[in-house]
Amino acid sequence: MAMSKTSSQFSAGRTRLIKDRAARFGVTLGGGLVLIALLLIFFYLLYVVLPIFKPASIDEGERYAIPGGNAETIMLGMEARAEVGYRVTADGRFVFFHLRTLDNDRDADSAVKRNAGEILLETSVIHGTSPEVGLSAIARASQATGDYAVGYTNGSALVVRPEFQITYPNDIRSIEPSLTKPYGSEPMVVDSEGASIERLAFERDGESMMFAAVTEDKRLVVSRVTGRQNMMTRRFTWSSQRAEIPVRGEVGELLLTPNLRQLMVQVNGSGDQRVHIFNLQDMNNITESQIISTDGTRGAITSLALLAGESSLMIGHDSGYISQWFEVSGEGERQFQPIRSFNLGAAVVDIVPEQYRRSFYAVADTGEVGIFHTTSNRELFKGNPAGVSVEQAAVGPRANHLVAISDGELHVMTLHNEHPEVSWSGIWGQIWYENYDEPGYTWQSTSGSDNFEPKFSLVPISFGTIKAAFYAMLIAVPIGLAAAVYTAYFMTPALRKVVKPTIEIMEALPTVILGFLAGLWLAPLIENQLPGFVAFMLLLPISILLAAFLWHLLPNDIRNKVTDGRAAMLLIPVVLLIGWGSFAMSDTLELWFFDGDTRGYLTNTLGIDFDQRNALIVGIAMGFAVIPTIFSIAEDAVFSVPKHLSSGSLALGATEWQTLTRVILLTASPGIFSAVMMGLGRAVGETMIVLMATGNTPIMDWNIFEGMRTLSANIAVEMPESEVGSTHYRILFLAAFVLFVFTFAFNTVAEFVRQRLREKYSSL
Amino acid sequence: MMNNWFKSGSPWIWMTAGSVSVALIAVLGLVALIAWRGLSFFWPADIYEFHFSDTERQTIIGEIYERERIPVTRLSDAGVDISQIDGEFVTRYLVKIGNRELVPLDFTWVLEPNVVRLETPKDLVVLERSRNGNFYGYLHDVLENGESVVTGGADIKVELRKRMERALELRNEAESISKGPIARINYELEQLRLDRRRLELNNSYTEAAEAEIQAQEEALRAEYREVEQTLFAVRAESERDGVIMIDMRGEEVRMSMNMVLDATWSNDMNILQKWGYFFSQIGKFLTEDPRESNTEGGVFPAIFGTVFMVLLMSVIVTPFGVIAAIYLHEYAGKNSITKLIRIAVINLAGVPSIVYGVFGLGFFVYMVGGTLDQIFYPESLPNPTFGTPGVLWSALTLAILTLPVVIVSTEEGLSRIPSAVREGSLALGATKAETIWRIILPMASPAIMTGLILAVARAAGEVAPLMLVGVVKSAPALPVDGNFPFLHLDRKFMHLGFHIYDVGFQSPNVEAARPLVYATSFLLITVIVGLNLTAIGVRNRLREKFRALEH
Repeated sequence: MAMSKTSSQFSAGRTRLIKDRAARFGVTLGGGLVLIALLLIFFYLLYVVLPIFKPASIDEGERYAIPGGNAETIMLGMEARAEVGYRVTADGRFVFFHLRTLDNDRDADSAVKRNAGEILLETSVIHGTSPEVGLSAIARASQATGDYAVGYTNGSALVVRPEFQITYPNDIRSIEPSLTKPYGSEPMVVDSEGASIERLAFERDGESMMFAAVTEDKRLVVSRVTGRQNMMTRRFTWSSQRAEIPVRGEVGELLLTPNLRQLMVQVNGSGDQRVHIFNLQDMNNITESQIISTDGTRGAITSLALLAGESSLMIGHDSGYISQWFEVSGEGERQFQPIRSFNLGAAVVDIVPEQYRRSFYAVADTGEVGIFHTTSNRELFKGNPAGVSVEQAAVGPRANHLVAISDGELHVMTLHNEHPEVSWSGIWGQIWYENYDEPGYTWQSTSGSDNFEPKFSLVPISFGTIKAAFYAMLIAVPIGLAAAVYTAYFMTPALRKVVKPTIEIMEALPTVILGFLAGLWLAPLIENQLPGFVAFMLLLPISILLAAFLWHLLPNDIRNKVTDGRAAMLLIPVVLLIGWGSFAMSDTLELWFFDGDTRGYLTNTLGIDFDQRNALIVGIAMGFAVIPTIFSIAEDAVFSVPKHLSSGSLALGATEWQTLTRVILLTASPGIFSAVMMGLGRAVGETMIVLMATGNTPIMDWNIFEGMRTLSANIAVEMPESEVGSTHYRILFLAAFVLFVFTFAFNTVAEFVRQRLREKYSSL
Repeated sequence: MMNNWFKSGSPWIWMTAGSVSVALIAVLGLVALIAWRGLSFFWPADIYEFHFSDTERQTIIGEIYERERIPVTRLSDAGVDISQIDGEFVTRYLVKIGNRELVPLDFTWVLEPNVVRLETPKDLVVLERSRNGNFYGYLHDVLENGESVVTGGADIKVELRKRMERALELRNEAESISKGPIARINYELEQLRLDRRRLELNNSYTEAAEAEIQAQEEALRAEYREVEQTLFAVRAESERDGVIMIDMRGEEVRMSMNMVLDATWSNDMNILQKWGYFFSQIGKFLTEDPRESNTEGGVFPAIFGTVFMVLLMSVIVTPFGVIAAIYLHEYAGKNSITKLIRIAVINLAGVPSIVYGVFGLGFFVYMVGGTLDQIFYPESLPNPTFGTPGVLWSALTLAILTLPVVIVSTEEGLSRIPSAVREGSLALGATKAETIWRIILPMASPAIMTGLILAVARAAGEVAPLMLVGVVKSAPALPVDGNFPFLHLDRKFMHLGFHIYDVGFQSPNVEAARPLVYATSFLLITVIVGLNLTAIGVRNRLREKFRALEH
């Protein structure tokens, strides 16, 4: 540039030049910072959001010979932090061992160094000395209770519970496993005929226990045991009810629901595959409530499992097909219905549900493992985890460790599966949740119940955003544009100088004040004076026209003194009068038309629900927040239309109005478009007004008298209580990201249009 | 004629004029509504005595809070006995009866036809109290150590005021002790705990160090006991006097003088006294701390928090905004990078503020703050120091949010400086940097000022992002105090805008708190509109100045 040449020619010293260069560099860097800030926001939001779409991954961990001998493992489990594992052997032993070598330095240095596979405790559940009693079956109750029932060859069963005592000797965590018998060491009779138990299902609900068993002689027996604990001696007295359920065909897997109400029995008939569901509520009258027959082409049923939450039944087939069923109240009774299905690709050997989430791990006969999440319908992983061919698998309660048995060895693998419950289609599509009658869009992030499954559909809140913005624009666009046109084109310059900043100053009003007024002043006012408000909306345009006509009738010399340029001032008393009049006669109108109770009339006669804080209130309040944005940009656009265009049009004999609609508005239309886009951008992102002026219920209904929840208000409400890094937290970031992208698109388009308009005018 | 008139398009012009009227009424009406409601909060309201029967003592004492006319049918639907009411409409009053410890609800509806007599006795008094809100009733007796000092007569007012002022003084003394020395000792003890932890983490925790820390702790504890003795003595002293009031049920109510903050005989005030009361109430509102979960008292911490945060933000945003504007106007060539930066500026202005809040929470608080904690404050972990929302993060978040405001305003100022000025400077041999620093920036300073004022106005009214990055309903300590290092940027703070949201929507007694919310809103609006008008004024002056320069 010319300047640098001049400075180098005349500068007395190099320092000035260096300073100049440094300043140039610094300022350029500072300018770039703006871009960096925007990119930082974009990429940071993305960085937080992206992990929810990552599939599960499994890292290879330790492997060692199965502790406790070669006997067959019939059950595999671990405590909450997956530090101690246990297995139950076919010869009746519970073997507890260190699952992982702890690599934590502080622990490794200490005396209680833990080596993976080191046995901590080995205890047998084959009671007494009589040699004929052996372990023949084992059943795990739902993971919330942590109980097991072991079935014996004499038709009885014993409840045991692995417990883990955590102590901190010398400030170092130490876990001491034990196997307790919480309901006494005496087995309970399940089959009164004393036949050996081949398969067992067991659940406990408080002090009631339910056993279902298939005996050696192929009978299906159910036994309900209710205990009462003596307060003084702490001993239990047991009463039991037993029943035998006749079943055609060979009984396979058994499942009990944790509320002890239902028994699911897999029956292999001749040529068909069935799951029978029995209602156990009345032990004297056990009824069959439903028979699920699966399609023969799916192959034989090989595995049944109940998902966390205890309402979903998973059925695995030897074709690799896994279907999810839960109860839906259709016509009449609640019946199990197929909801969705997954494909493992090879015969299903076992289905392992996760403890808290609706994920499950399916083991195939090829040694592959599939990780699926039911609700989000996601296949998170399929294949041999860390190259291991899996025979049996167990998942840690916190779902961060997968333990597998393969070829006489135990593999402990690290599992990364933080956000299985979210999928792109799940966020934007309909999802059929448990206990719902049909698929739907639901947002419900938290609840008090343990069995609760968070529901993250952004559809209702996006809908709420659009609804709020729509009603706001419905009010803001006509008023804002009309006011802009009048101010820019008709108003006298002296008046314009006052009016424009007055309306623009409204943009500076904190939205928290608008929201507060809307929620606490306007909402009750409109609720009480609804007829008056409607009358005002109807009477306002009519009375303005009427006032204009009356003005037109006035003699010319009066009219010419006060030109059209001051019409806005003349109309202020008219608007005030109509406003006052409408609200003053609201009660009378209400008496006349709605029998003194408009709300009741709306709800009972018209069937329209009415919330005090509704879309109308938001529309008005947010409309007023958006008016200055639209007004200001549109006014600039109309005002900067070159004067010779309008003068030409007027000179050719067009009326003022014709000039406005055919010349001015057309020329300014890109600017007006840009104003509306900017206004929309503001309405979409506005937080405080919607937060305060709606009930914030995530419903999907266009009804103007009901509320909504918007993306922004949802973030404001839920962000402070969401756990950092959780799925909920990331979904809220996704909501922010969506808002960011939305407004980015609006603003960029608006800015481009405005730039083009500016170029066009400079050429005119 | 009518047809012609429609053809001329004049009615449609009038419709557009109507829109301007509606918009103007909305703006002015809004400000007027808030001003009226906000200011009437400070005006001494008449205290009414509603008599419901001539024969028996059935009275209600309180301020009329609201009056409305409702259809009688609505009452009968609600199950109210309407046999004594004629006509289709009835007026009802919402009366604030106060005395929260004696009645279940401190507000009650009164139907006008049920009122036999409505009086404003001159000796009705309202006591402003530190707990349980206002008390309405008659002054009966003033006590000292439980013994009556004076009953009835004109002296009783004087006596009450004298003793009230004494109790108030003692109260303030007690408060300054607990906020001053006691807070300081607690802070220092906490610092010692952190010192010890730091030494432990560095493995330099020796017995000598331990002995020193223990000695300091012991000294502080001794001092604490001493100060506590004084505090207890002051408190006990302030409990000495009492007052007996007669409430609307005609029963005597005894209360300690140290909970009485003010006594007002508002029915017995002349107009001058009322104005005096009005201004003293405004003064109290601006300078006092909130009481009773923010529903009573003043908003001083919120004002302080807002101002402090906004100042901090200004310090951050001004240099960046000005540099970016200088780059865009003086250095940037006409290339795609410049275009991108301009789009970035527009978008930064348009991104919803809550998105900034989310970004600030994730990036500043958890990422930057969490890292700072691990490097500089490992001794207080797992308690976060900067890894939790605080005033610094709020200021930073709002600095990004207001950056475009400063950029746009500064750039506008730069573009108004005639190019002849730059060329002249360059022609005389100054470098570009010197031209900008010596000539351009001083000329643009009013524009920068304007931008800053607008940024401050925007930041002062913004609430949504602050809810995520540092604002709280009640902060235990101000971000500035007498404990080293005096500025505590990690602390949470109170904010006027959030105060409005919190008191208006989250407080247990919304009805009672509503006037306070209006008053706070009025304060906020005054500040923001004032700032904006200043900015507009500065900008207009600037324009005039440069217009003169051009010719």
